[in-house]
Amino acid sequence: MRFTLTDEQRELAAIVRAFLADKSPASAVRNQMATSQGYDPIVWTQLATQLNLTGLAVPEEYGGAGFGYVELGLVFEEFGRSLTCAPFFSSIALGAEVLLRCPDESVKKELLPGIAAGTSRATLAVLERPSGWDKGAIALPAVRSGAGWTLSGEKRYVLDGHTADLVLVAARGEDGVGIFAVEAGASGLTTRYVETLDQTRKQAHLSFAETPARLIAAPGEGWPIITRALQTAAIMLAAEQVGGAARALEMSTDYAQIRHQFGRPIGSFQAIKHKCADMLTEIESGRSAAYYGMWALDSADADVATAASLAKSFCSDMFMHVAADNIQIHGGIGFTWEHPAHLYFKRAKADETLLGSASYHRELLAHKLGL
Amino acid sequence: MDLEYTPQEQAFRAEVRDWLTAHLTDAHRELADDLTGGGEAADQLRVEWERTLGAAGWIGLSWPKKYGGREASLVEQMIFGEEYALACAPLRPPFGEQLLGPTLIAFGTDEQRSRFLAPILRGEVFWCQGFSEPEAGSDLASVRTRAVLEGDHWVIDGQKVWTSQAQTAQWIFVLARTNPDVPKHRGLSFLLVPLAQPGVEVRPIQQITGTAEFNEVYFSGARTNADLVVGGVDNGWRVTMGTLGFERGTAFLSQQVRWEREFTELLAEAQRRGRHEDPGIRQRLADAYCGLQIIKYTGFRTISGMLPGGMPGPEASIGKLFWSQWHQRFGQLEMDILGDDALVVDGGYELSQFQQTFLFSRADTIYAGSSEVQRGIVGERVLGLPKEPSA
Repeated sequence: MRFTLTDEQRELAAIVRAFLADKSPASAVRNQMATSQGYDPIVWTQLATQLNLTGLAVPEEYGGAGFGYVELGLVFEEFGRSLTCAPFFSSIALGAEVLLRCPDESVKKELLPGIAAGTSRATLAVLERPSGWDKGAIALPAVRSGAGWTLSGEKRYVLDGHTADLVLVAARGEDGVGIFAVEAGASGLTTRYVETLDQTRKQAHLSFAETPARLIAAPGEGWPIITRALQTAAIMLAAEQVGGAARALEMSTDYAQIRHQFGRPIGSFQAIKHKCADMLTEIESGRSAAYYGMWALDSADADVATAASLAKSFCSDMFMHVAADNIQIHGGIGFTWEHPAHLYFKRAKADETLLGSASYHRELLAHKLGL
Repeated sequence: MDLEYTPQEQAFRAEVRDWLTAHLTDAHRELADDLTGGGEAADQLRVEWERTLGAAGWIGLSWPKKYGGREASLVEQMIFGEEYALACAPLRPPFGEQLLGPTLIAFGTDEQRSRFLAPILRGEVFWCQGFSEPEAGSDLASVRTRAVLEGDHWVIDGQKVWTSQAQTAQWIFVLARTNPDVPKHRGLSFLLVPLAQPGVEVRPIQQITGTAEFNEVYFSGARTNADLVVGGVDNGWRVTMGTLGFERGTAFLSQQVRWEREFTELLAEAQRRGRHEDPGIRQRLADAYCGLQIIKYTGFRTISGMLPGGMPGPEASIGKLFWSQWHQRFGQLEMDILGDDALVVDGGYELSQFQQTFLFSRADTIYAGSSEVQRGIVGERVLGLPKEPSA
C-alpha cells in the first residue's frame, strides 16, 4: 500500500513541466488562443516525437509506449498547469480511448499508430445539445448505404472538431448507438469553428449530410465503449483541473508575498492566508480524488465509473473555487485581460461543463449508491 | 502508486480479524461509537476490554519492541484501525497508548519508562491530558497552572479544561508553569500527576449535546513526586509539541470506517423516508460520499508520505481541515433528511446518532488545533506565507 508517486513518475512530470514551460510559455498560450487553429504544429510534433507524449499510454502493439494512466494523468496535470493549447485532450483522452476499446482489431492496428505518433489527430463527437452526455441524447442517424454507412445531422461543441483528422461520431442506428469514423474533408461534412469563452481549448460544430462513415462499433455496441472513454477522459480532465488549480494557487501565494498594503505583505493577513490555506485544502483533496481515479484506470478490478464521477464532480467545483479566489486575491490586476488569472477562471468553467457538470456526475453517483 | 496490500499485510489483517471475531460480543459492539456512555456496566466492560487487548498484545502496536511494543509498520497500524472499526469493537481513548507512551519513549527517564509503560500496555492504567485551560486554548503556551517544587514534591495549583476521560483515568499529564520569570514558552514543564488525591477535583462539563464527555480538572495544592517531570524542568513546551505530533496519522481510517457505516445507515434512512427522491438531497448524499472517499485517499497519501515510524508533517493539517468540515456538513445533511423528526428528541434529552453527529461535530473544527490554527499552519508552514506581525 503506497499511495505516492514513484521516482520515475515524478521525473516524468518534471520533464513534461520543463518542456511545456519552454515550448508553451504564457506568451505562446496567448498567441495560440488568438488563432482558430489553436495550436502550434511545430510544438505538437515536438511533444509527439521528442517526448512521445501522444503515444505514452497507447499499448506497444499499436505503436505506443505502453505506460499506464497514472503516467498519462501526470502529463494532463502538466497540460492543465501550463494551459498549453493543443488538441492533446481531444486526440488522446477521447479519440485514442474510443479506438482502444473498439472491437475490431484491424481498425485499432490501422488507426491507433498514427494517433500515437501524433501524425493523426482524432476527436470524439457526442453532443447534439447542451449537457446531452447521456445515451438518450444521441439521435444523429446512421444509415446503411451499400456496403458502408452514412451519417446525417449535427454534432455540436466538438473539441478541436475543425482541426481533427478523424472524427469519431456517436450515432444512432436501428439497434442503438454505434460509433463511426469520419475523415476530415469527407463529402457532406461541414465544420464550423466557433469562438469559445475559454480560448485555450477550441470547439467546432459539425454537420453531416449523407457523409460516408466507417463503422467502428456497431449500433447497440457503441455506448459502453463511449461511456468508458468518457470516464477515462473525466479522470484525465480531473488531473488537468488539479494542475490548473495548483498553478492558480501559486500565482496567489506569489502575489501575496510581494503585494504590500497597510505596510505589510497581504499574505500576512489572515484574510488572505486562510483563503490560500482553504484553496490548498481543496486542491489536495481534489488531487486525492484524481490520483485515485488514475490508479483505478490501471487496476484490474477498481470501480472506474465511481472513481470518474467522484473525481470529475469534486475537481470541477474545486478548480472553479480556486480560480475565482485567485482573481479575488489579485484584486484589480486579476480582473484585467493582461493578467493570466482570467485564463484559468475561464478554463475552470469550460472544464466544469465539459463531460458533464459536477451536479450531473453527482447524480450518476447517487444512482450508483442505489438512490 | 500501489493501493494493494502485500501478502504479509493481508496475513496481518486476517490475524486481527480472526482475533476480533473470537473476542468481541454484542455488548462490546454496543460501544463501537461510544467512549463514555452506558453507565457503570459499560465502563466495567471497557476496562475489561482494555485488559483483554493488552493481554493479547494489541496495545502499543507502534511502540518499539524494546519497550514492549510490536513495532508494527504504519500500514499495519492502519489495517488494525480499519479492522477494529469494521468489527465494531469498543471506541478507545488515545491518551495512554497513543500520546503518553510515545512521549515517555522519546523524552522520559528510564525510571519513568519502566514504571509507566508496562501498565499502559497491559490496559491497566488510564491516562488523561491536562493541556488546555480557560485562558490557554489555541495559545497553549499561555497556561497559568503553576507547579512549585517544595522539597521532593511538586505542588500544583490551577485549572485544566476539556479533559476527556478524567473520570475514569488514574493519572493525568499536565503542562504547568514552573518558571514565571522567563518568556512563556520556556518556563513550562510536563508533569505526571496522580488524580486520586485531595488536591484534585474533577467537574464534568455539560456540552451542547447535554452529555458530559469532557471535564474541568482543578488543582489546589495537588502533589506529585519531584522526579515525575518528563524531559527536564522548564522543557515542557518541547515535550508537549512532541506529544501533539504523536497524534496518530493512521487513526483516520478507523474514523473513516465509522463514518462510512453511518453514511450507509443514512442512505437507508433516506430511502425509508422517500427523501432520496429529492434532487437536492441526492446531490448532497453524493457529495458526502465523495468527501468520505477523499478522506480515505488523502489519509493513504499522508501515510505513504511518512517515513516508517515517522510523524505526519504540517500537511496533516490539510486532512484535518477537510474531514472536520466534511463531518459538520454530514451532520447537517442527516438532520435535513430527518426533517421535522430531527427536532424531536427522546425523553431525558436522549439524542439519536444523527442528532449526536449534528451537535458533536461542532467540536471537530475546535479541538486538536482549531481550523483557524490549522489554516495558519498551512498558510505559513506549507505555503510559506509571511507570519502575522507580532503585536
